[in-house]
Amino acid sequence: MKKLINNPENVVKEELKGIELAHADLVKVYYDPDFIVRADAPVQGKVGLVSGGGSGHEPMHGGFVGKGMLDAACPGAVFTSPTPDQMLEATKAVDGGAGVLHIVKNYTGDVMNFEMAADMARGEGIEVESVVVDDDVAVEDSTWTAGRRGVGLTVLMEKIVGAAAEEGRSLKECADLARKINGQGRSMGMALTSCTVPHVGKPSFDLPEDEMEIGIGIHGEPGRHRIPLEPADKITEMLLEPVVSDLPFKEGDEVLLFVNSMGGTPLIELYIVYAKAVELLKAKGIKVVRHLIGPYITSLEMAGTSITLLKMDEEMLKLWDAPVKTAGMRWGI
Amino acid sequence: MTIQRDDVLNWVRDYAQVIEDNHEMLTNLDREIGDADHGANMHRGFKAVLEKLPSVEDKDIGTILKTVGMTLLSKVGGAAGPLYSTVFMKAGMTIGAKMEMELSDWVQALEAGIAGVTNLGKAQLNDKTMLDALFPAMDALKKAIADGASTGDALKQSAEAAHQGMLATIPLMARKGRASYLGERSIGHQDPGATSTTLLLESVAKKWADC
Repeated sequence: MKKLINNPENVVKEELKGIELAHADLVKVYYDPDFIVRADAPVQGKVGLVSGGGSGHEPMHGGFVGKGMLDAACPGAVFTSPTPDQMLEATKAVDGGAGVLHIVKNYTGDVMNFEMAADMARGEGIEVESVVVDDDVAVEDSTWTAGRRGVGLTVLMEKIVGAAAEEGRSLKECADLARKINGQGRSMGMALTSCTVPHVGKPSFDLPEDEMEIGIGIHGEPGRHRIPLEPADKITEMLLEPVVSDLPFKEGDEVLLFVNSMGGTPLIELYIVYAKAVELLKAKGIKVVRHLIGPYITSLEMAGTSITLLKMDEEMLKLWDAPVKTAGMRWGI
Repeated sequence: MTIQRDDVLNWVRDYAQVIEDNHEMLTNLDREIGDADHGANMHRGFKAVLEKLPSVEDKDIGTILKTVGMTLLSKVGGAAGPLYSTVFMKAGMTIGAKMEMELSDWVQALEAGIAGVTNLGKAQLNDKTMLDALFPAMDALKKAIADGASTGDALKQSAEAAHQGMLATIPLMARKGRASYLGERSIGHQDPGATSTTLLLESVAKKWADC
């Protein structure tokens, strides 16, 4: 293992220290239990947005804490769900009296821990709603699995619902909007290489030089199929086709196209994927009206990409364009 | 013979050592069909348990087990955190403020723990989870008691049944947890959760053999 770390056991704590020093204007960092809140939390009368998950997906979620997006993020160990005590403290820290919305990615551990935290917070008199994101079409059979995973759509949901909360919408309105987004967004990802969890010290799966893994999640877990490597255009088609046909996205739809790097894939390659995706969508009469390109929900140093499509409407476009000021996403301010 | 408070403490300490010795093996099993963190998470959790234990070692069995459960909940994370936490919390609540217990108390405690896991994880037998070790262990424990086995023998038979249940997860296709995303590719691998659970019950049988 070759990594820019000091001690595998301290990576999350040392990362938090860096975030604290770099972004003191945006966030406050708390330790034991670990969580990040926006600098002006709690904002009175505003719905608090809390998310969290394993570390190793940076900038998600800590990088999305700030005005117009999340009020708090709870980082777990690398690829491991955070714990209820973190979520409870974060929830209390951001409750401005209008209730708190938990945005939870659909993984067994995340769902269980957030459920326990929501119960505890309600026990302390805080109104809590939870929305589970499950946009990954690579999980074909939801009945006999833990269900579809929450992947790229999470980033878009945190931005759009964050803007809605900033506008002063109610907890119910924010939760309804989040569920609407979950209902009209889909994703699929692939890996060119594996990644190495620091405390494990070796790659999470072995992927030969001439093969790729299609349908991966974001935790270095292997995907559904392993096949010979193909050119970018072909890979883009293999990712986009199941995404489009699942919802399905139809002729005349206006979409946000999110081409994400799994961490190791550079922008030069993402733009190649983006160009092909726009071409394929155009041929289907689907119009790309907004885009997001870059490493926003990563799996450490994994090379690979994921494609997310979200069907947009006027309301969502306005919220997407609204000002946001976080370490990982910033415009309009 | 009864199971004393110190027997419970010895078991918790022994299991922490078993995790210390086996965390890499557990993580490697999880690397094959999950996300390569089960051993590391359990290791972090039980190291914290060992640090916490001195503060409650003069307390009753229920308090000790609940303390283990609360510590695991805040230190383990993932799915294993809430699940193992539930096992210890429910067991502790069931046994209550006793300084010694009968095997029948332990059966009730374990039953409450299994109910807690089932409720939280919504898994069934043969879903390739820790329940595939827990269910057969429970059945064997009850059968051994009905057959008039000693405490030590009953626990040993229960641990052996867990071990068989653990091995029986190898040909199964995972239907819960992160391994379920692999579909048929999860077949042929031993479930990490069933493995750590078997180690737990083997530790019980070892430390309470003479009770």
